[in-house]
Amino acid sequence: MPSPVNKKPSATADAKAADSAQSASPALSAPINQQLTKADKIALFTTMMRIRRFEERSLRAYQAKKIGGFLHLYIGQEAVAVGCCSLMGKNDHVITAYRDHGHAIAVGMGLNEQMAELYGKATGCSKGKGGSMHFFAPDRNYWGGHGIVGGQIPLGTGLAYALKYKGLKGAAMAFMGDGAVNQGAVHEAYNLASLWQLPVIFVIENNGYSMGTSQERSSAGDLGKRAAGYDMAWASCDGHDIYDVRATMDKFLQLAREESKPAVVEIRTYRYRGHSVADPDNTYRPKAEIEEYRKTKDPIQVFQQALVTEGVLTDALIESIDQSARAEAEAAAEFAEASPFPTPDDIQKDVYWEADHPSERKSQGRLFFD
Amino acid sequence: MPLITYREAIRHALAEELERDKNVVVLGEEVAQFHGAYKVTEGLLEKFGPKRIVDTPISEAGFIGMGVGASMLGIRPVMELMFWSFYSVAFDQILNNAANVRYMSGGLINCPIVIRGPANGGTNVGATHSHTPENVLANHPGVKVVVPSTPYDAKGLLKSAIRDNDPVFFLENTILYGDKGEVPTDEYLIPLGLADVKREGTDLTIVTYGRCVLHSLAAAEQLQKEHNISVEVVDLRSIRPLDIDTVLASVAKTHRVLIVEEQKPFSSVGSQLAFMIQKESFDELDGPIHRLTTVDAPAIYSPPVEIEQLPNPQRVIKAALEALA
Ligand SMILES: Cc1ncc(C[n+]2csc(CCOP(=O)(O)OP(=O)(O)O)c2C)c(N)n1
Ligand SMILES: [Mg+2]
Repeated sequence: MPSPVNKKPSATADAKAADSAQSASPALSAPINQQLTKADKIALFTTMMRIRRFEERSLRAYQAKKIGGFLHLYIGQEAVAVGCCSLMGKNDHVITAYRDHGHAIAVGMGLNEQMAELYGKATGCSKGKGGSMHFFAPDRNYWGGHGIVGGQIPLGTGLAYALKYKGLKGAAMAFMGDGAVNQGAVHEAYNLASLWQLPVIFVIENNGYSMGTSQERSSAGDLGKRAAGYDMAWASCDGHDIYDVRATMDKFLQLAREESKPAVVEIRTYRYRGHSVADPDNTYRPKAEIEEYRKTKDPIQVFQQALVTEGVLTDALIESIDQSARAEAEAAAEFAEASPFPTPDDIQKDVYWEADHPSERKSQGRLFFD
Repeated sequence: MPLITYREAIRHALAEELERDKNVVVLGEEVAQFHGAYKVTEGLLEKFGPKRIVDTPISEAGFIGMGVGASMLGIRPVMELMFWSFYSVAFDQILNNAANVRYMSGGLINCPIVIRGPANGGTNVGATHSHTPENVLANHPGVKVVVPSTPYDAKGLLKSAIRDNDPVFFLENTILYGDKGEVPTDEYLIPLGLADVKREGTDLTIVTYGRCVLHSLAAAEQLQKEHNISVEVVDLRSIRPLDIDTVLASVAKTHRVLIVEEQKPFSSVGSQLAFMIQKESFDELDGPIHRLTTVDAPAIYSPPVEIEQLPNPQRVIKAALEALA
């Protein structure tokens, strides 16, 4: 079950990966993947493609200075968010860090409201108040989008606590990066989740780097294995293979929903772009490494190959999915461009529930100060 | 009206709200089996059971953050910090998550959490256990900060805090837990953000809150008797929202102001008050605004000296006479 963490790719690992890109994923036989219809598979593939094209389009918008602040792209990690979120039922919830666009698309948020948020527009998912790192869609059980490394993990644990308190059969997936696992709040959350058997799955998206620091230079031991110290189940899976992500996560989601058991799942993945678009990405990892991943493990390529082999995708279909993803991202950019900015009058809205609901306000006195 | 302690008043507020709303849950270190480090929650476990009254590990960042997350999904957690001083290890959860999540989500997410516990010096527990973070907390738009001085206020304000849809930080005082006061048996609520004139007077307005209200009332008594000075004592009760109107009305009556607070002076709650009073009532003032704070150093342990480091009735009298000089 637990497999070793991804070290720097070795020649044999690469050969194997190239190999596995050709042959069928062993995880395809898992019941959760067996039950996928052709249409389901196309939908998964389409969502991954939409993330890729959205991120590429947002990068161009950033370069055109349409977007401020940080922009952390999800390119290369698409199978993780799409695989995990494709398993969500009515009472399942998601929370993640600042690399949050992929999860937002995976839970079904529209590209328009996301691109508009990046542009800082009033039509954005957070009305232009959150920005790239702070997307939210509670109506889709998506609780953000959090900028402080590891800070969202206690919140995700709280979502699970609420589910259990209310007697709902659901699970929370709390995503974090490989760099977050060393935060104290994460360990406190692990302990609480296990102590109180909360239905939360801590998902470590291990892309090998926290900014410019490789896993080897920041973390002692296996990342997933730390769960064992808290008496939690854990596993590690291949984030380049959406079937593996789904098969692994499904098992733990069932345990969470049915038996209220927490778990840690480390998903090995890789990001092709810099940490954020401001990262020139030329000091801490060899270009060849990025190229290797691109060539042999790209999650969209891997899945595309598999679906071609399975007879689900044809070249024409791939082309049309790609074209409509590009068109949708382009339309989102146009929507964002055409949308109004919030006004200075909006600055002090959405601070207090009470201030936004004056007729229901119970408190008195000043809430804001000059 | 029955006389009950500040501690009992808080307990009654908790019990009534637990009874009223099944989404209210009390969590914190030692709140259940141990009955609370300061016995505030005594008897609640027996009455409401372990699902509603939950002992947490010593893990403030973890459990406060968990409470914030649960509140996003509709639970109304009332979290006890054994001392507010320990907020520092949960700072990120309190001030990044609870305070900001509504804003960053464009108003889509609410965080109806209450965090309560004592925040005071004066018990000889040294600098780590004597913080008064109301200024730090109130500096963050999105949060509410309440500091009750009497059993009556503590009960009515806590009930409002628990029903509030915004995060409310409720700062109690270990020295007041045993103080008795009249509290009606019938249900009542006190709105947050409503100051209370605890004593009327004509010569000097003392603006204060928390335990300093009691020091100020004791000083006012003596100032009346020994100096024939009539002092009005305004108890803010709530720092944010802030009832500045009641303060300004009093200033318009007395024209002299002394702020008394158990804060360190630099950027204290009093600094904000002084700014607002001079800005909005400059013409009413017959002299500069004075302020009495904790002496500016980490909390000293030495018991007799700590009394002198904090505001106390004698220091209030001295400061009042200076303000009127
Ligand atoms: C508490 C905190 N410290 C530092 C940062 C700055 N920072 C932002 S992202 C990041 C790297 C995190 O890496 P990882 O958790 O692996 O996530 P990834 O970026 O790979 O998705 C750092 C250091 C932060 N946002 N929060
Ligand atoms: Mg990483």
